[in-house]
Amino acid sequence: MNSQPRGAMLFTALIALILTVLPLPTYLALVRPMFLVLTVLYWSIASPRAGGIALGFFSGLMLDVFQSPVLGEHALALAVVTYVAVREHQKIRSKPAFQQSLIVFAVLVAYESILFAIDGWTHHPVTSPLRWTHTLTGAIFWAPVAAVLNATNDRRR
Amino acid sequence: MAFGTGASSARGGSPGFRFTIYATLSIIIMFLDQRGGYLEQIRYALNIAAYPVQLLVSSPSTAWRWVHESVATSDALRAENERLITRNRELELRSMRYEALAHENDQLRGLKDALPPVAERWLVAEVVDIQLNSLRQRVLVNRGTRNGVFKGQAVLDDKGLLGQTTHVGPWSAEVILITDPEHAVPVQIERTALRTIAVGTGDTASLALPYLPANADVKTGDVLITSGLGGVFPAGYPVGRVVEVHRDAVQPLAQVRANPFASMNIDREVMLVWFREGHPAAPVTAASGDAKGGNAGMQPQAVPPRPKPAPATATPGQPAGQSTKGAAAAGQAASAPSRGDAAAAPPAKTPQAKPAPTPVAEPKDAEEGPPIEEDMAPKPEPKAPPQAAAPQPATPKPSLTAAAPPPSTAALFAQASATPPPTARLP
Repeated sequence: MNSQPRGAMLFTALIALILTVLPLPTYLALVRPMFLVLTVLYWSIASPRAGGIALGFFSGLMLDVFQSPVLGEHALALAVVTYVAVREHQKIRSKPAFQQSLIVFAVLVAYESILFAIDGWTHHPVTSPLRWTHTLTGAIFWAPVAAVLNATNDRRR
Repeated sequence: MAFGTGASSARGGSPGFRFTIYATLSIIIMFLDQRGGYLEQIRYALNIAAYPVQLLVSSPSTAWRWVHESVATSDALRAENERLITRNRELELRSMRYEALAHENDQLRGLKDALPPVAERWLVAEVVDIQLNSLRQRVLVNRGTRNGVFKGQAVLDDKGLLGQTTHVGPWSAEVILITDPEHAVPVQIERTALRTIAVGTGDTASLALPYLPANADVKTGDVLITSGLGGVFPAGYPVGRVVEVHRDAVQPLAQVRANPFASMNIDREVMLVWFREGHPAAPVTAASGDAKGGNAGMQPQAVPPRPKPAPATATPGQPAGQSTKGAAAAGQAASAPSRGDAAAAPPAKTPQAKPAPTPVAEPKDAEEGPPIEEDMAPKPEPKAPPQAAAPQPATPKPSLTAAAPPPSTAALFAQASATPPPTARLP
């Protein structure tokens, strides 16, 4: 029961943040999944008490510093995502991998919709349809990301 | 593994409760950040927290470049040296010619000593190899407030205007490029002195000029320079070249596209520039101080400035201030004070003709007409900021017309008729 994987959680979140801001050629950057969102999502499902909404909020704040014209938008979106994940973590955890990917896809679409709405309200619109590509690639990348994170999680216990 | 949401009451209440707290918090943060920018301190602190990540992410490419440089063969170095010497010679020749022209221009204007260049000092910054939002045109540079960088500072490269700083941390600053869809830069067509606004398109190779009337005098190949309005960029810096003019019979506005001179996506090094306040070519509202926060040149596209009514063909009488300002700036930064203030201070006409080391201390009533004070001692620095050489013949104006308009109205008019002032500098 001492399974509060704080250290592993923060470490993987940092790695994910680095992957998110790593410079890539443009076409690769456009299809790059939001690794930090996937990681936060994983921890919310696998260990909802350890990080949960606080992890989502602060990760989002960090994303805001890098990527957002207005502070707080990723923080809000990630708080929503983690809330849903924490609430439903048992149902999501019991699903097979493919269904999990579908759920992740839906969650990512919701996440991006929140960002889209906030971007619009704050007059920093990005209307390019390319902003939605990461939801698809995120769903595809969910299984490998979850497997890697599972490995760290298992090794620690 | 802990089970059940009920167990979570151990710490911090139920998920719903915590979610409410954090969601409210982020909404408050967003609100404060959006309205009035109360969060500069917090942003600054977060920037410090983000700095290690920036270092970490950019370190491989920095290391690679360092290795690359240190193992460069002497042949390569010699070749580069050769190239640089050639380039240097070329620039020296050009600057010689520039000084002769500046001198001649000053003589034509009845001014004995050249003004110092509008760029007071500059700082080379490196672009940090880090991916910000790939759908927005932002880059991170490795200079921050510790180097004196401020928000809303102009950023150039060796070919033209690149952008301005938006968020500044202690050791790094975020630069919004002029090709970002949210960015608009007040420009002027060099050939006609027609002012308009160039907005980014989101594509690194193109700018749009959406507010030109269909009958505006603009054609392919026209060079765009900054107009000096808007309070961020000084007048006269090259921005881009018009590459496409599309006129549709049913559309009241022409569709004009331009290519920026600056090479947005291959620049490794950029220049942060400080401008002399009170210089004729300095950003207009810099002195009046209403460019709060400095991002006056930026504006959301949702609030576009009014479409330009008429092309600002400078009739010799009134808008002398603005048209000369543009023309002067087109040629060289170190130009004579524009006619606007010559007119604004009619009796000062003669003092202006022979300014001693410290020329005319302009009367302060010429508000935005550039007062020239302080640093006017003639130390013509040879280092002019990168300019479009090719100084066009600065539309010669008989000086008697310049004295015609009533004193300060000229300056006021120049400001009022500055057709597309970015919304941010409305009082």
